Amino acid sequence: MLQEHAKIVDFISMAEGVTGRKKLQKMIYILKKMGVPFQEKYEFHIYGPYSEELTARVEELCDMGFVSEALEDKGSYVQYNYSVTAEGLEFRDALGKSVLADPLQALKLNEKSSRFLELTATLLYFDHLERTEQIDKLHIVKGKLNFTDEEIGQAFEFIEELAVLM
Amino acid sequence: MSYATQKLAEEKVFKDPVHRYIHVRDQVIWDLINSREVQRLRRIKQLGTSYLVFHGAEHSRFNHSLGVYEIVRRIVDDIFHERPAWDESERLVVLCAALLHDLGHGPFSHSFEKVFHVDHEVFTREILLGDTEVNGILLKVAPDFPKKVAEVIAKTYPNKQVVSLISSQIDADRMDYLQRDAYYTGVSYGHFDMERILRVMRPVEDQVVIKSSGMHAVEDYIMSRYQMYWQVYFHPVARSAEVILRKILQRAKELSESGYKFEQPPTHFMAFFNRTFHLKDYLALDEGVLMTYFQLWMQERDPILSDLSDRFVNRRLFQYVDFDPGKDYRKLGELSQLFRKAGIDPDYYLIDDSTSDLPYDFYRPGEEEERLPIHLLMPAGEIKELSRSSQIVDAISGKRRTDYKLYFPAELLIDGKKKAVKQQILQMLREGGV
Repeated sequence: MLQEHAKIVDFISMAEGVTGRKKLQKMIYILKKMGVPFQEKYEFHIYGPYSEELTARVEELCDMGFVSEALEDKGSYVQYNYSVTAEGLEFRDALGKSVLADPLQALKLNEKSSRFLELTATLLYFDHLERTEQIDKLHIVKGKLNFTDEEIGQAFEFIEELAVLM
Repeated sequence: MSYATQKLAEEKVFKDPVHRYIHVRDQVIWDLINSREVQRLRRIKQLGTSYLVFHGAEHSRFNHSLGVYEIVRRIVDDIFHERPAWDESERLVVLCAALLHDLGHGPFSHSFEKVFHVDHEVFTREILLGDTEVNGILLKVAPDFPKKVAEVIAKTYPNKQVVSLISSQIDADRMDYLQRDAYYTGVSYGHFDMERILRVMRPVEDQVVIKSSGMHAVEDYIMSRYQMYWQVYFHPVARSAEVILRKILQRAKELSESGYKFEQPPTHFMAFFNRTFHLKDYLALDEGVLMTYFQLWMQERDPILSDLSDRFVNRRLFQYVDFDPGKDYRKLGELSQLFRKAGIDPDYYLIDDSTSDLPYDFYRPGEEEERLPIHLLMPAGEIKELSRSSQIVDAISGKRRTDYKLYFPAELLIDGKKKAVKQQILQMLREGGV
């Protein structure tokens, strides 16, 4: 059990902190789809693939004092910033080795916007479909977000780019 | 008359302890119930290992699937029928999705999925879309019908009203399992006024809301759910059985990977050990098959596999103590080393386990909450999130409760060999703070 917690701590540390719950959810999902052995189970929710197990694990890590959660008031909305504490780093070091082959994987994901990661994760969720069906499905479930052809093309390129790093 | 609208000459009814009767008029539903894949659910218990604590809890996923179907049937035929915000053309797809929503569950799903890294939702989709009897029946409705049913279950169907009937914070799935599990376990929690909730459900735009006059019935439902999770679903003794089950499967897998020669070849598991499994391998498994292997493995030469199998079959479960991983993860490492010194493999006999639940959550503007809240339909027609009207729900909203336990075989620690180190282990466990 605790090894799975340590993997999340390790990821947040490698990403040098993560801003936003949605962003964290999508980054772990994308890596999982790329074959990184995260064990959290995902289902499709409002913003695409979502893991209740991951939400629980992050809350537990915050309660244990290994990850700090800071609430940032952005005026019309709030955002949660996650970073690893010194105790968290000790915990990570005591419990295991990293599941990421290269810290660049985490950093590359982290430099993308939440919207872009939502798009990428949703496309990956439908990767059992033909590409045209995959895009049709994206427009059905994410109609309100009006993703452009250019964004979709960039997301597919990003998936290929990440695959090379794996 | 098309197959989609074809009715049985006479209505069929199933006697049911929760809903009294389950009514079937549609030929499609009748054919689905009689398919191999739905019948297989009779051989998978709804509550996994809970029967080792609540001896009545032997009910199957088949019972529950019929129950969810019946609740949805009553909603769409009695409550939503002819309401302008409800699209009648969705009736059959939502009924099929209700009946088939758990189709991909395997034997002791939770443990099996963890050890073999499989996902029952992927199997649900494969059963619906693959070469199965269920797929053949759904295809007779329309070529795209299996896909539609799969999308409702996967929550990617465009009509969110339809999805929320099967999957939301107040859905037919939960309403059935809470009452059914309460009935079969014999506990007094889990009961709520479902009749009242159904009567006040309304389709509005892209969601299903509850008339505000039904708020107290919903409060009761949420509290029932809260009680059932902590009293039944997360029962520490049932979790002990679950831990042992997981370790049996893990041991068998590791033995197979190391080239161990089993007395009886574990034919049914080989595709999972080798990760070469297909849908047919999965469908060939049920709890009868697994229990047969556990009986056989009690006679295996490997002492760990035979001991764990014996523990599960004969209910010789692990003891447990509370555990605070934030403070005590280092002590867990020390304990592991002491277990090794005592000749007990901690990978199989010292297991930390956590479980948590969030009874109800609501949407916080601007943050990316992924749970659809329960909305009340107020007398003037406006929509209001439940916890803003209900103090009881507000008190538990967004509050996760987590429980950590450490499981171990107490009797192995009090037998004669390596007494000093075992004493040290027992001392650490007794003192808590491990």
